[in-house]
Amino acid sequence: MSGLADRHVGFVRALREAGLPVSPAENVDAAAALTVIDLAERETLREAYAATLVKRPAHRPAFDTFFDLWFPPVISGPYGEEPPRTGDLDHAGVPELRERLADLLMGEPGEPGDPALREFARAMVGRFGRVPAAAGRQSWFSFAVLRALSPETLTARLLGRMLEERGGLPEKIARQKISRNIAKFQDEVAADVRRRIAEESGVEKIARSTVKPPIDQVDFLRVTKAELAQLRREVYPLARRLAARLTIRQRLGHRGRLDFRRTVRASLPTGGVPLETRLRPKRPHKPELVVLCDASDSVSTFSHFTLLLTFALREQFTKVRAFAFVDTVDEITTMFAPGADVLDAISRMAQDADISRFGRTDYGRVFEMFAERYGDAVGPKTSLLILGDARSNYQPPALDTLRRLAAQARHAYWLNPEPHGQWDTGDSVATGYGAVVAMRECRNVAQLAAFIQDLA
Amino acid sequence: MWFASPDEVRERLSAVDYLADDAVATSVFLAGALGKPLLTEGPAGVGKTQLAKAVAQATGARLIRLQCYEGLDEARALYEWNYKKQLLRIQADDDAWDDIFSEEFLLERPLLKAIRSEEPTVLLIDETDKADVEVEGLLLEILSDYQITIPELGTISAARRPYVVLTSNATRELSEALKRRCLYLHLGYPTPERERDIVLAQVPGLPAAVAEQLARTVATLRELELKKSPSIAETIDWARTLLALGRTDLDEAVVGQTLGVVLKHNSDQVRAAKELGLAARP
Repeated sequence: MSGLADRHVGFVRALREAGLPVSPAENVDAAAALTVIDLAERETLREAYAATLVKRPAHRPAFDTFFDLWFPPVISGPYGEEPPRTGDLDHAGVPELRERLADLLMGEPGEPGDPALREFARAMVGRFGRVPAAAGRQSWFSFAVLRALSPETLTARLLGRMLEERGGLPEKIARQKISRNIAKFQDEVAADVRRRIAEESGVEKIARSTVKPPIDQVDFLRVTKAELAQLRREVYPLARRLAARLTIRQRLGHRGRLDFRRTVRASLPTGGVPLETRLRPKRPHKPELVVLCDASDSVSTFSHFTLLLTFALREQFTKVRAFAFVDTVDEITTMFAPGADVLDAISRMAQDADISRFGRTDYGRVFEMFAERYGDAVGPKTSLLILGDARSNYQPPALDTLRRLAAQARHAYWLNPEPHGQWDTGDSVATGYGAVVAMRECRNVAQLAAFIQDLA
Repeated sequence: MWFASPDEVRERLSAVDYLADDAVATSVFLAGALGKPLLTEGPAGVGKTQLAKAVAQATGARLIRLQCYEGLDEARALYEWNYKKQLLRIQADDDAWDDIFSEEFLLERPLLKAIRSEEPTVLLIDETDKADVEVEGLLLEILSDYQITIPELGTISAARRPYVVLTSNATRELSEALKRRCLYLHLGYPTPERERDIVLAQVPGLPAAVAEQLARTVATLRELELKKSPSIAETIDWARTLLALGRTDLDEAVVGQTLGVVLKHNSDQVRAAKELGLAARP
């Protein structure tokens, strides 16, 4: 029993170290849950831990990775028993193995995962995954397994088997199913690789290096393609959540003008004596927003996402105008019209907007041009928002123009997606611009949300 | 005890046509075994409210529902004094000042009703995120100690612990204090296999092959970057639509004609039509 208690404590400590908040009360709940469930059922154990410890969906992927490390499904090596092998996986040739994989990918991976697929993934890691890492040392890698079997190249063959004729909706659906199964196989391989590494070099060591941060903590500038898609999918829920919080804050005023009618209505239960007063809600303050965003490649993921979010939050602002620039500036407001498609807007911005002549960011020139062409967009009700890394390729910064623009606006902010420590390195003029316009570090969704809340 | 094991949960819920996966079965079982409230969160239309109803139906318990909305307050969630009756009593009898705060004048609201209920009760607190932040504070005492304090009467403890289910669409983050007191269950979109089974259970008479196609198509739609992904409830509506139209096959023409059942934004429909290669609607 003490073995289980140690494992439990170690597991909880690892979760905390990875930034998943686990309170002592939750820790006790989890321990209590262990006493009422069947510990031999691994999936029940996983869900019991998840129900008691993980209270945010964003933390679930990290939790699952940890769980697989701390409570591995099988143990290999001297103490473990090798699972019985079906068929001759150790000696079969690669074409034969690919045939087996194709059969498995045709199947239906049920909710807890297809045991056959998992078994196959394990066997393949055992056979192909061991690669010399450094001098005299070997380690496990999933790329070796995936290279040997290359599941993606099976897609055409599988499509041929599933469909009589290609094209149209059936092909889309079949493709979706196949890519889901392939992703499943890759996950199984990765999980088994982690498990084997953990067995050899200790759980704590690998845990620190493999677990990814939750999506709202992901750095904008290091975002991968898959994460970007996930972020974009988050835009609307995030905007809704922010909007709800902003309206709640606006409604919370306890001072204001008396609402006579509602006060009288509220006095009826007390026989006409107005014990409680009712106040009119405060009129919401809705700023006009002018967004000026750097669309050069170095910060494109950041500016895209930020633009999408401001447009999704349209109801919080009376008017939003957006301008994009690299070394010239152009208005892109119409491309983000309500109901417009997110992906279309981004690709149209890259194609149609006249924002790049030489392709090297030039903040000074852009500010001059903006002041000249669109200067009247910035008025006393406007909040001016500049998105960019303040890296101007050693061109003159045009601080005076920016100072004039900032003075015209009600507020001016600069969001910089670079970590604070890198400001002023190389061609960055962060401090120079920061002295004119308040500059804030904005590296992930959490920081962006905090900023928008302050703004509205 | 509400359930003996997660497997029993699965069996009894499936008897009332609610298909539970490992996560649902385990957390529903734990909520009963540990006597803790169960907070279910997830997008609209994935069966959060339905879960509470299914638990009530499977255990034969009474379901008490508190629907949350902006401006919900104590008087409508907990209890209220019956002012009219109190006024009448005072007018009828000048010495009645002391007795007007007694059981007789108390109006029960859902939370008090659930706490005082003698029979097994499932308390459903629906769309908790719609209520104001103050209401969460109100819930804390009930959710941790199963008791309610009424200043004039004292503390009322639960005669029998109700089985509490809270739902939330995550339009705002619930407070840490509330989350800490609850078991957490995130309900997301199901795998196509499970969705097929759900559709078959909910829409009897639909051919299995159509249900399979339907679930796969919806899964493909969810892969697209849409404003609003189709929910399970909408998949079921779609199945009913096909049944009503008497279609036994889901081909591109039918999908194109009935896409409005699952996608409710014009831009989403345009995008889906483009990505799936459907004919644009006239």
